[in-house]
Amino acid sequence: MSLTFQTADGPVYALSDIDLQVKHGEFVSLIGPSGCGKTTLLRIVADLEQPTAGRVEVNGVSARQARLDRAYGYVFQAPALYPWRNIERNVTLPLEIIGMAREERRERARKYLELVNLGGFEKKFPWQLSGGMQQRASIARALCFEPELLLMDEPFGALDEIVRDHLNEQLLSLWAKTGKTVVFVTHSIPEAVFLSTRIVVMSPRPGRIIDVIDTNFPRDRTLDIRETPEFLKVAHRVREGLRAGHSYDD
Amino acid sequence: MTIDAGFADPAHRTLVSRLTAGKAGPVAIVSLVILMLWYAGAIGMNARMQIDAFQRQGVSWGLPDLVRETLAQERPLLPAPHQILIEMKQTIFDMRVTSKRSLVFHSWVTLSSTLLGFAAGTGLGIVLAIGIVHVRSLDKSLMPWVISSQTIPILAIAPMVVVVLGAIGLKGLVPKAIISTYLCFFPVTIGMVKGLRSPDLLQLDLMRTYNANKFQTLRLLRWPAALPFLFASLKVAIAISLVGAIVGELPTGAQAGLGARLLAGSYYGQTIQIWSALVTAALLASALVALVGVAERYLLRRMGALP
Repeated sequence: MSLTFQTADGPVYALSDIDLQVKHGEFVSLIGPSGCGKTTLLRIVADLEQPTAGRVEVNGVSARQARLDRAYGYVFQAPALYPWRNIERNVTLPLEIIGMAREERRERARKYLELVNLGGFEKKFPWQLSGGMQQRASIARALCFEPELLLMDEPFGALDEIVRDHLNEQLLSLWAKTGKTVVFVTHSIPEAVFLSTRIVVMSPRPGRIIDVIDTNFPRDRTLDIRETPEFLKVAHRVREGLRAGHSYDD
Repeated sequence: MTIDAGFADPAHRTLVSRLTAGKAGPVAIVSLVILMLWYAGAIGMNARMQIDAFQRQGVSWGLPDLVRETLAQERPLLPAPHQILIEMKQTIFDMRVTSKRSLVFHSWVTLSSTLLGFAAGTGLGIVLAIGIVHVRSLDKSLMPWVISSQTIPILAIAPMVVVVLGAIGLKGLVPKAIISTYLCFFPVTIGMVKGLRSPDLLQLDLMRTYNANKFQTLRLLRWPAALPFLFASLKVAIAISLVGAIVGELPTGAQAGLGARLLAGSYYGQTIQIWSALVTAALLASALVALVGVAERYLLRRMGALP
């Protein structure tokens, strides 16, 4: 699969020869430097961009059909909460579009806000929450209509490291609990290694996959595994891959 | 550590800084200055006529006589504020509201067509904006007409509207309301086009991932995002809607309404009557704008705006 943007300066090869299969229940991270097309790849899977060549299948149907079926929840770089809706009504926004009954919507919101540790914040408005809490609310919003697939585009990129570590742990236990398939875009090596079952290393110009690394850390791992030799070995291999695919001299 | 707060010490504040610190101080000062200028203007502008009158009567006069008399003329060039207030008290409070001279009666006539025109203009403005935002060809084809409609002077088109509609039997409220509509749909359209387009790409993408249709995107995203823009437009719209209603009353031969009061006053040189109608119109407009502001605050607070 590939994508070429036609610009005034001529074609830009955003992605080329991408061939990737994600199995059910996997946690796959796309990692690479800025401009390597990892976000674009995720947006293609979400049918927010169209590839110029090739084919994307989600759960055995086209990406477009998957979007029409609401088969995935998408978490953006920013929380993208609607400021005029309180947290509960932000979380129930997709349910309202689906046409779910009010009582059931409320039930779902409570359940998923509880899951992201935001119980009791239902009536608060976004501006009353910290950045990390807002992003957790946006994850609850992506989960509440119970899609099989979760697409996350650098969801913790704008947060500080302490909050990020905390949310990584929460996300991991969330994934272990729900058994969702997750495709996760990041540019943080420790984050990718800690969270993933598989790490896809990408490089820019044109955006392509240069390494795919399987990890097999236990599902109930904690942040402590970041000190173990196995962890450092995987992190090292990711770093090597990034270095090989990207010359920093330009 | 100590912080020298000498400047913030209340005892060190001057009279000027104390007056300008609060909200009431500056308002009072500005009002006072305007009143003083007005009185000075009234004395200055009416002096010529008063001096002529003194000379005709052959009386001797001093400066105090001049000041007193210029502020008490029956048909002054520029009435003094208290003359207008007295006239307004008489025509608003002391008169039956059914009387042809009651300003309450005339205000109601103008207000009713203002509100009708405002409602119609707001509706039209919103419908046009929704069309322009959603249909690309409308953006190109309609927008130039919307803008050029406002380049025509309303004073030129108002008599034609009134006369043409009168010829097909539409009289009274409706022609005036149409002129108000014509004026006030414009800020609503401009504001709402901007407001409906204000959601950022992320918020719109979110709707796409939910496979929301256009109507849902409008109802759940574009419309609430546009409301602050709508209220800014409504404040302008309701004020010019009143202007439209008054202008619409001028060519009807001065039957009723604040515009009719203005016209009748100018026929007979009743400047106090003109000015009291003007001041009433201004107060009415301020009250209407303030009402829109109250509605705005109430609604935006319910939508989680910062208190």
